[in-house]
Order: sequence, then C-alpha cells, then structure tokens
Amino acid sequence: MSLIHEIDYGTPASRSETMVTLTIDGREVTVPEGTSIMRAAMDAGIEVPKLCASDMMDAFGSCRLCLVEIKGRNGMPASCTTPVAAGIEVSTQTPRLKDVRRGVMELYISDHPLDCLTCAANGDCELQDMAGAVGLRDVRYGYEGDNHVKARNNGEINAKWLPKDESNPYFTYDPAKCIVCSRCVRACEEVQGTFALTIGGRGFDSRVSAGMAEDFMASECVSCGACVQACPTATLTEKSVIEIGQPEHSVVTTCAYCGVGCSFKAEMRGEELVRMVPWKDGQANRGHSCVKGRFAYGYSTHKDRILNPMVREKISDPWREVTWEEAYAHVAAEFRRIQYQYGRESVGGITSSRCTNEETYLVQKLVRAGFGNNNVDTCARVCHSPTGYGLGQAFGTSAGTQNFDSVEFTDVAVIIGANPTDGHPVFGSRLKKRLREGAKLIVIDPRRTDIVRSPHVEAAYHLPLKPGTNVAILTSIAHVIVTEGLADEAFIRERCDWSEYEDWASFVAEPYHSPEATEAYTGVPADLVRGAARLFATGGNGAIYYGLGVTEHSQGSTTVMAIANLAMVTGNIGRPGVGVNPLRGQNNVQGSCDMGSFPHELPGYRHVSDDATRETFEKLWGVEISNEPGLRIPNMLDAAVDGTFKGIYIQGEDILQSDPDTKHVAAGLAAMECVVVHDLFLNETANYAHVFLPGSTFLEKDGTFTNAERRINRVRKVMTPKNGYADWEVTQKLAQAMGMNWNYRHPSEIMDEIAATTPSFALVSYDYLEKMGSVQWPCNEKHPEGSPIMHVDGFVRGKGKFIRTEYVATDERTGPRFPLLLTTGRILSQYNVGAQTRRTDNVVWHAEDRLEIHPHDAEQRGIRDGDWIRLASRAGETTLRSLITDRVAPGVVYTTFHHPTTQANVITTDFSDWATNCPEYKVTAVQVMPSNGPSDWQQDYDEQARQSRRIAGKLEAAE
Amino acid sequence: MNIHQPRGDVSGRTLAIVEDLKGLEGPLLPILHEIQQEFGYVPQDCLPVIARELNLSRAEVYGVFSFYHDFREHPAGRHVLKLCRAEACQSMGGDQLAERAKRLLGIDFHETTPDGAVTLEPVYCLGLCSCAPSAMFDGEVHARVDADDLDALVAEARR
Repeated sequence: MSLIHEIDYGTPASRSETMVTLTIDGREVTVPEGTSIMRAAMDAGIEVPKLCASDMMDAFGSCRLCLVEIKGRNGMPASCTTPVAAGIEVSTQTPRLKDVRRGVMELYISDHPLDCLTCAANGDCELQDMAGAVGLRDVRYGYEGDNHVKARNNGEINAKWLPKDESNPYFTYDPAKCIVCSRCVRACEEVQGTFALTIGGRGFDSRVSAGMAEDFMASECVSCGACVQACPTATLTEKSVIEIGQPEHSVVTTCAYCGVGCSFKAEMRGEELVRMVPWKDGQANRGHSCVKGRFAYGYSTHKDRILNPMVREKISDPWREVTWEEAYAHVAAEFRRIQYQYGRESVGGITSSRCTNEETYLVQKLVRAGFGNNNVDTCARVCHSPTGYGLGQAFGTSAGTQNFDSVEFTDVAVIIGANPTDGHPVFGSRLKKRLREGAKLIVIDPRRTDIVRSPHVEAAYHLPLKPGTNVAILTSIAHVIVTEGLADEAFIRERCDWSEYEDWASFVAEPYHSPEATEAYTGVPADLVRGAARLFATGGNGAIYYGLGVTEHSQGSTTVMAIANLAMVTGNIGRPGVGVNPLRGQNNVQGSCDMGSFPHELPGYRHVSDDATRETFEKLWGVEISNEPGLRIPNMLDAAVDGTFKGIYIQGEDILQSDPDTKHVAAGLAAMECVVVHDLFLNETANYAHVFLPGSTFLEKDGTFTNAERRINRVRKVMTPKNGYADWEVTQKLAQAMGMNWNYRHPSEIMDEIAATTPSFALVSYDYLEKMGSVQWPCNEKHPEGSPIMHVDGFVRGKGKFIRTEYVATDERTGPRFPLLLTTGRILSQYNVGAQTRRTDNVVWHAEDRLEIHPHDAEQRGIRDGDWIRLASRAGETTLRSLITDRVAPGVVYTTFHHPTTQANVITTDFSDWATNCPEYKVTAVQVMPSNGPSDWQQDYDEQARQSRRIAGKLEAAE
Repeated sequence: MNIHQPRGDVSGRTLAIVEDLKGLEGPLLPILHEIQQEFGYVPQDCLPVIARELNLSRAEVYGVFSFYHDFREHPAGRHVLKLCRAEACQSMGGDQLAERAKRLLGIDFHETTPDGAVTLEPVYCLGLCSCAPSAMFDGEVHARVDADDLDALVAEARR
C-alpha cells in the first residue's frame, strides 16, 4: 500500500468539444480548445513547475514559475493563463526559463524559514519540490533583509512577523511560512464559496487574512478544509499532521455523515488516521469537503466508545461486561423466550441508515428469516419515507432522479425545506458555484437560510411560508403554471398520462388554489408565488432539491407528489440539470431503504405480498417469509405500550433522541423485556437497553453506502475494529446463535447475494465497483454502467402520474396556549443526534442547542438574547437558551436537535404523515417563556441517564 | 483641512452612503471614498455594513480597503503632508526633504504630531516627475519643493 497521489493538472478541464493540436517540448498534444498550456503539458506527462496553480481553481498567474516560451511569440507567458492554440510550439525548459525560475525561487526562499527538517509539511511541500525542480542551490539575496520569518530582526521586534493562528481546532495558520500564492483565498472563494479569506495589504505587506484580519475562528470560515488542502506549504496545516507526521499510505473510502456521500482518501500511518482528504475523483464531491467529513472523525477513538458487550437484567441495574458469546446466547435465548411467550410478532428490529448496505441487508434478513416476521423498520421512517412513497407513486421509483453533477447544468434551482449549506454542505458549495455562474434560485423555507442570501449568492425568490403549508404553496405554483399556460404540453403528452393530467390541471386551476387565495394561510405574498412559478416554468433547466422540511409533515407524502407534479408539468425530468432531488439526511438512507428495511418491502422496493419476490428469497434463505407487512417504528412502540411487543434489536439508531415524542418512545422501550442496542456509544436509547453490543465505525469495516444520488460507493476498512468485530459480523454471530446457518466471510459475499436477488443491483459486485469507482443503481443488463439520470426515455412506471394534492391543514394548530410554531433543523458543525460530532472538537461551533426567535416575539415575552427559556408544547417541555434573530418570521421559532440535554423531541408531537407515518417534526405549536434553568423532566432525565450508564466494576462513564 | 466627525452614527451614515451609491457599477471603491470623505477615515465598523449591503464577505471588503494606502483606518491629523518617495523625486533631493520634514515635525512617516495638526505620509509618485521633488498638502500638489517651500508648508500646517 502506498499514498495515493492525485495528478494536479494545474487548471480546470475545458468542456469544449473542439480539439486543438500543439507541440510541447517536441511532443504533439491534442486537447480541447480553451485548455491551458499547463494542463495540456500535464496531459502529455510534462510537469511545468508551478506554485499558485491547482486544477480545483481557475488560473491566477501570480507565482511566475510556470513560464514557458512559445516559438514566434515574445516573452515568457505563464502557461497557466495562456490557452493552447493550434500549431504552436511550446518549450517548457530552456536555459532562459531555468534562469528566470531559479531567480523567482530565490526571491521566495529569501523570505521563507529554512526549517524544512522540522517542518510539518516536510515530504508534502510544493515549495520544497519546486526548489528541487528548478535546481535552487543558493539564495543570492541572503536572509537578513526585510522578512516575515523572524519574530526579531537583529534584536528588534519585527513588525512584519505574525504569530501562528491556532484558533481553529483542526488546522493552524502560520503566516511566517506563507508565500502569498492566494491558493487558499481562491479555494475559499471558488471551491467552497464562503469568501472568508482575502489578501490584506499590498506588495511586501500582503498577508493572507481571515475576515478582517481576524483569527480564523472569528472570521466567516466554515472550516471546510479547502484552503488547507490548497496550501502548497506548511502555512495551513492540519493539526493532526503536526502532531503525528506525514501519512505513509492512503485508502479511498466514503464519508459516513450526510447523504452526499463524499469520497475521501483516509491518509494513514499504520492504523492511525492522520487526515481525511477529499478525493478529486469522488463523483459525488469532486474534491469538495465540509468540516464534518474532513475533520470530525475523532469520535472513532473517543474514550466514550464501549468496546465490550454488556448485559443487565433490569434497566435500573448497572451494566455487566460479558463475553461476546454470552451476549449472543443471552439475546438468542431472550428473543426465543419472548416469541414463545408472546407470539412470533412480539419482536422486531431496526436497521440503521448509518451502517452499510450489507449490514442493513443482514438485519432485515435476521428479522425476516430469523424472527419470522416483517417487523423491521429503519430511521428513514422518520425522514424520507414520504419520498419513497411519493416518488414511487408518481414516477415508479423511490429515489432522486439525478446525480450531483447535474447541478452544473441547472438554470433554476428550487430548494424546498432544505438547508444545503448546513445540512449538505458539499452539495451547497456545488450549488453556490453554479449560482455564481448565473443560475437562479428559489427558496421555499420558513427560515431565511444562508443560501437565501450569502456573499455572491442571492435567491431570486424566497417564499417564507408558514410551517405546514408546503402543499398549499406548491399547488399554488402549479395553479400559476397551468392557468398562465406555462405547462410543457409536449412533454406531458409524450411522457405522462394525459387524462390524469387533465384531471389534475382542472383541480389546480380551481380559484381557491390561486396564490391570492392561499396567501391568507401560507403567509406568502401572492406576487412572490407568481414570480417564482413563472421563473421556474420559463427559466430553462429547473431542478428541485428538497429535504426534511418537505417530508416531516402530516402531508409529507402529498408534498413529495406535488413536487413530482411540478417537475412533470414543466418537463423538467430525464436530462442533466433538471429533476427531483431529495437531499438525504444520513449517509445510507437511500441504501437502507433499497435493502428492504421497510416492514412492507423486500430489497428493491418489492412488496412482501408479491409472491414471486418472496419466493426468490424463500428459496435462497430456506425459510417461509410472511406476506403480511410488519410493524413500523411507531407501531412497535404503540404495541410495546399495549404489551404485545417485547423485544427489539436496534442497530445504530438512537430512537429515543431522534424520534418524536420522547416520552412515548421512552414508555415503549421501558415496556419491553429485551432491548438490544448495537452502537458505538451508550446512546440515549441504551438507557432503556438490556443488552449492549459494541459497534464499529465506518473506518473499521468494508461495505458500501448508497448516497442521495443512488451512487453505491465503497467503504473500506482502514483500521482494526476497536471492539473486535465489524457490525455485519456481530449480526451474523447473533443469527448463528439463533440457529441460522450464515457463513459470510466478507461483505462482498453479502453484496453478491443482494445482486443475485435484487434486479436493480444485478451487476453490482465489489470487483465491478473496484473497476468503476462507483455506480448509480439501477445497474443491470439494461444499464450496465449504472444510471446517473433516471427516466431518460420514459418513466420507470410507464407514464408519469399526476396526483391531486389537496391541502389539508395539520391538526397541530396554534392557539392561545401555544401561539408559536416550532420547526427544527440542523447546523453545519453538528450531525443528527450529535453522538459523533459532540465527541469531536466540532463542539466549539455549537456547544448547545439554541432557540431562534424573532425580536418581536422575544420582546413581547421579555426575552433577551442568550436568556434561559422554557419551550413547551402539549407533548412536553424543555429549556434551552434563546438566540434572537430575524432569520425566522414572527410567530415561528426554530431549534436544532443535536444535544440530548435539550431533547427537542420532548416537544414534538405524535402527528405523522398520513401515508408513511413519518413524524411531523417540522410543525409543533409551542409557547416560549423565560425560565430559570432545566425543567424537572430534564433533571429527572439526566439523573436517569447517569444511573443507567453505570458499568459494574468501572467508574461511572464520564459523559 | 480634514473633517473630523464624532463616531456617532457610523452605521447609519454608512447605510445611507451605500444606499446612494450601490447602483453604480463596481460600487465598493466609490463607497469607501465617500466614507473617508464623510468621516475623515474609514471606521472599521463600516466594513461589515458595506459587506452585508453589497452581499460581499467581510474579508473581501477588508481586502479592497487594505489594498489602498489612501484609505486610512484611523483619523489623520488636521492636515496631511505627503512627500513623494519615488525614484525621480529621490534623485532630486527627496531624501533630504523627507529628513527635514521629519525633523521639523518631530515625527516619522505614518505618524501624526502630538497636537493632532499634521500627519506625514510617503507617497509613491504624484505624476510630477518632470518637476521633482513633489509633495501634496491637503490634496493640493506642490512641485519643485525646496527647503523653504517645505518650511512654509509646515508653518502653514502648524498654524
């Protein structure tokens, strides 16, 4: 194994289809028109010395090292800024060029410390490489003059010297080593789109400056790491590299945070992870990264990780460490006992969207084949189950229609109920890049999220609707499109069922769907709705991106259908730049749904009542599969409270914190007799568990994740599991203990079984993924290379289906007791329930959940910024501190759910989507009032959690 | 003479200036000039306001502000004396002139006399090379400056 070195072509690729042939150092090269000479040379394997160029950014031409000579032209143009031309003859190495380059290097080195041996970048320094490449032997200017290197010059304080900025927890900025190539500034602008860096001053005084010459933490920096990656010297360096040293090998793997599914190189020293570097060939992220994937992996070695299996009789007992064999035997015996005593349907399992496809597949197999029922569900229940249902109904597949590259061809992007710059930051960056190129943006969100307006990005329309009125707004937009004659009739006639369209069109054309009529309850001015509708229908390629703000409502499925209607009525399906794109919350939500995690579906979204599908699995597994759909998570909890559901195996999901109405979840769990939690940490659910099986991180196992664009990406093991076993091995051992004859030796064998049984995965295998890098399902005989874009020649279901979307207000209403609407969401630095990110330095950005409240509402209640407040709904109450902001409209409050001490889900209610039971997290009527401190419930909960985390013979686990 | 305004409603005035000028093509420099005109310098509190209004980042506005030596971060003295330090002026006795000015005022370049009367600054070329050495006093250029002229300028400033 060795370090993966990616070729840096110096400038981005040209998209031109016209080819140009030229000669470089006597070699003939043919490249697309518009390619730089530097890139053309690299294509031919000729490396032109460079410092300020990188193929992640546009050419800049400041370092003066990449000069070349062109026959018949004067001077020495920079090869990065000079495009190729037909027939030119370029020389990259001539005596004159060598002299000039050496002279330039002398100038650089005369103001650079000569501490290479002790420098963190030693072995990974482009300045060092270039000094070697140009043959630098001597610096004629000496080192005594004006410089930025030494704190003191001849005993006097050197005003030009600046100390290191170590404010960011993950990287340092050492101005003494800076050569002012501007790569970091350009990476921040062009790659990340944050514009947090600039060059302050001019001439010899030029310095890289974060914000207004602030430290990095105080600036607008979002810690995505693009600047660190771009830096050719040790000026911006990961603290982990400073601490550990240079990595010696790297392995490409997939990030385990959000549904973008970025590819990273895990750069290792032995089994120690030195750093995660975004992989340029990663087809989801194209070399982009965010603070979570790039830096927040420290949880994998956090002291809180539980490494030994544990068992206890009662949840009030302390935990007792046992051997794996004892744990498996205990679980098997308990589940058998429970099924004997309470019936076959009394146990079930929950698969995790955090685990691999293979692990998910095994858990549902364990439930279906081992438990003999269909009581399996997944956390997608609480996020994207309406996507599955809605898109399945309209198009015939339960997945997004595009790849992420598609955004590069979008002209009008619509973001509904998603906050990409926080929740899906890499997609956010890629979208911002497209917006800076001139694409238009429509945002439908109760909050003014960053994408609505941030440097160089501004939404053409922001529709700040009242939470819960998505369907009304989308139907109003459809009303405008239909009544103003903006529908793409040719597309509809060709691709969709025309009579259904006519029915739907007459429905949306009803006057009560007009923006003027819906304004009364959506709160969005009619002219904004009309403007947005016209822009979307006529602005070119229109793409809809949406998140949990769409699905987590009582009409979540209806909203998804309304989105599908909008895409079809405007003909925005089936080509690059358009489509319907659910932004998946977790790394493998798509995969866990694909793998048959739902109680009514076998892998590949095939209903359990379908005899042929059942037969496939029955033959292979040698068991009979029930043709009755099993229980969904909320049904399991209800049944538990009723006393008919007694045992559950939960892999990698913290339902107590993430599911709505915490008290009900707690009551359900408390009523069970055997709760098995398989996780990295003693999470909140584990407070109610009888058996704890230690889990492994994504760094410790092989497998695949499927991201939001249906891309099956390899996850590769880079270190031995600290707990001893990958999660798939644990599930297998558990199955064996229950008498199942499972003998998978490697996850690739599980994937082979998936491919053999599931048509949309037919050609997927680890060998094929190795060859292709990644593929997007469906990947089968019909689509051997996978399917970046779906429904190209027609909908999967045949004809696209228009569905009436009648707005029905949720039963959750504001009133005198609860006059405000609470909606919930995420923040950039934290992830989901925070089990991972809270155990990293990411807490410096978000140490607690805060309640965003409009100044008007705050003033009425006598609340100042930062005050402790009580947040109460009819379900429960909690306390947290306030954050006064006009991002939210009057009447709306907002909080995140990353911290268990806040427990935002104590507040949320048990209302859910009519079709899929996806909880209505996004709308809760609440009241807010000043408070002195934690509520009784929070205090009781803390005490209970502390008690429940005791491990016999060990000091209390520090939390 | 430079106008000194108390730092009262910096952000309010900034907003008004930005509002006036943001329709221009490339409005940032005109806005910075106007702010310097208004306050006599560019209060750093203005920069985030400009950034927000023009939808730029704070870093970008700071980058532009700090690039131009004429935009000052702190108020100058009541008068500003700039001496050209470029090649032509140096060859015509600019160095001696600069030394004399420093001695007369008792300050170095970039400093202001303790009484707040004069700020002394170097400038790199006023475009008057043919009649070097040159100087600029409160925005007015002076050519072929000799010791007497300098003394007169300093006396004027001291008044």
